[in-house]
Amino acid sequence: MSIWVNKDTRLIAQGITGKQGAFHTGEMLKYGTKIVGGVTPGKGGQKLLDVPVFDTAYEAVHQTGANASVIFVPPRFAADSILEAADAGIELVVCITEGIPILDMTRVKHYLEGKKTRLIGPNCPGLITPDECKIGIMPGYIHQKGHVGVISRSGTLTYEVVKQLSARGIGQSSVIGIGGDPIRGTGFVDCLKAFEEDPDTIAVVMNGEIGGSGEEEAATFIRDHMTKPVVAFIGGQSAPPGKRMGHAGAIISGGKGMAEGKIAALRQAGVTVAMTPDVVGETMAAVLKV
Amino acid sequence: MKIHEYQAKELLKAYGMPVPGGILAQSPEKVVEAARTFIGRIGKACVLKAQVHSGGRGKAGGVKLAQSPEEAGRLAKDMLDMKLVTKQTGPEGKIVRKILVTEAVDVAKEYYVSVTGDNENAGLVIVLSADGGTEIEETAKVHPERIEQIPVSAIEGLKSYECVRAAKALGLSGEAAKELPGILRQMVRLYLEKDCSLIEINPLVLTKEGHLLCLDAKINFDDNALFRHPDISVLRDPMEEDPKENEAAKFGLNYIRLDGNIGCLVNGAGLAMATMDMIEHFGARPANFLDVGGSASVEKVTAAFEILLSDSHVEAILVNIFGGIMKCDVIAEGIVEAAKVVELTVPLVVRLEGTHVDEGRRILEASGLPIIQASDMADGVKKAVEAAEKARSLPEGGERA
Repeated sequence: MSIWVNKDTRLIAQGITGKQGAFHTGEMLKYGTKIVGGVTPGKGGQKLLDVPVFDTAYEAVHQTGANASVIFVPPRFAADSILEAADAGIELVVCITEGIPILDMTRVKHYLEGKKTRLIGPNCPGLITPDECKIGIMPGYIHQKGHVGVISRSGTLTYEVVKQLSARGIGQSSVIGIGGDPIRGTGFVDCLKAFEEDPDTIAVVMNGEIGGSGEEEAATFIRDHMTKPVVAFIGGQSAPPGKRMGHAGAIISGGKGMAEGKIAALRQAGVTVAMTPDVVGETMAAVLKV
Repeated sequence: MKIHEYQAKELLKAYGMPVPGGILAQSPEKVVEAARTFIGRIGKACVLKAQVHSGGRGKAGGVKLAQSPEEAGRLAKDMLDMKLVTKQTGPEGKIVRKILVTEAVDVAKEYYVSVTGDNENAGLVIVLSADGGTEIEETAKVHPERIEQIPVSAIEGLKSYECVRAAKALGLSGEAAKELPGILRQMVRLYLEKDCSLIEINPLVLTKEGHLLCLDAKINFDDNALFRHPDISVLRDPMEEDPKENEAAKFGLNYIRLDGNIGCLVNGAGLAMATMDMIEHFGARPANFLDVGGSASVEKVTAAFEILLSDSHVEAILVNIFGGIMKCDVIAEGIVEAAKVVELTVPLVVRLEGTHVDEGRRILEASGLPIIQASDMADGVKKAVEAAEKARSLPEGGERA
């Protein structure tokens, strides 16, 4: 078991003929992901790595029966691509693109309200269910099939944590990068809820960082609803206020979004907080007594 | 992106909002000329406002009242080229190159009004306070009950009952209460049309004549949306930005200068932040945040080293790479090539992990460069901190690396 993606997931790649899209389509295929189509307006009828390319997401879905999409479209067109996927009836949209204007995402978020489409990202590495389905840009080989769920706002830091888990023989049920932007489709709480309901997940790692209040909301959810143990790390403890740390959402402003408050809230909710990123695997091992 | 007050006021004016008359001047002569216009016409004083990208200018001596054109000239001579150190600029301050000369206004009361993003709810929020003129963070600390926050839909825009609520929050009546909705509507329109991230009017004042006027203005924009606003992009003032950060941006590096002694070069923002945290954990301080992004060419790594080494506070450099898609051998080659171009004057610690890590480590070893290799993240940080301490303990002019 896993959350949201598995060996039956049928994926299309929007922006498949671009440099990033083409490269990662190849990587995902190598991992075993079922990529049934791609979308690039004006390039319908072509093939890329034997994957048929369509002009629109609508055609791609209707001709291939796809139920998931990954977006590699440049930032100025990416919001439109998310809406296109939703309108084509895709259930899971994973947007890798970084740098989408915030007001575009505001509109996307409103448009998706009440619709069946789940958006992951934008500005995220994607999600993976080890040995079954990789949607995104993470290096597949560091993952190991298992029972710990991982949720993270960052990419390479997730790889760091996954490697620590795998090195201790702690496999993962699913690993989800929710993205570094201030407005995102799926948040910590959505992921925690799904992992809590997944019978195959026994514990969860969450990698938070400064900015926003997602971690505080997660703490409240964990306190009220989680029965499974959670280990957390909060990045940006040393970041000065008012400076954006790479991720559009990683900024302390007006005294809000500081690491201290997030760590305190998570601890109060019973979460085991690793104070440095190098001991997350070790901390989870201690929690699981393995 | 930030812009100057005079530019923000021009935008507000273009959107039909009430702003006092103002003339931008870059020399004492022009300031005198501008002052003459206001003092002659209105028969009273004018105000000189230093144009730098920072709040808290008044307290730092960047806002002065002049009773005559001659006084304005004298004040301008002192103000131009002065280093303005405010609470927001840090000790290095900002050089004043432009002065906004504006008419003096008889103020009855000061208010605070801003529009910003409400990201948790994917909307906007109007923030108001009857305590204007001071920083909103201060008010939030001392009198949080005097701040009113009104969430506004980014799709439907401002509604009339929200305006009524806003006027009540400021305690406005009469003409001023009637003027406020127009100001708020235009603020929201400007915010949505130009992809702003903040419009702050502090203070919005009630004049002795009973009208509202935007006495100061600050507008920030979403950098990611500048591509569709060429009219806004041209308002950028590179002189106000950190030259190293600008240089880094040219090479696609995300660099933020900090005040520590360990320079770091990391791939990915999350890992970069975590690396900074580890440096503090081991008792040193990061000199910067630097994310090389998803690809690191020789040019990029060279540029990154040059930027890090140009910071005189840097006593050691730590490279922390988790190669996922980016391969470690490519990074290693980049480091070796960069080290040939740039003279490494401080110890260099490299931690490589991920795809093609063994090849990467071999390349570093074979290079013969004095690179200290680390086995993992904690080891890398520890070695960098130790190397910096060792370098510092050597006598002046001693061998550093």
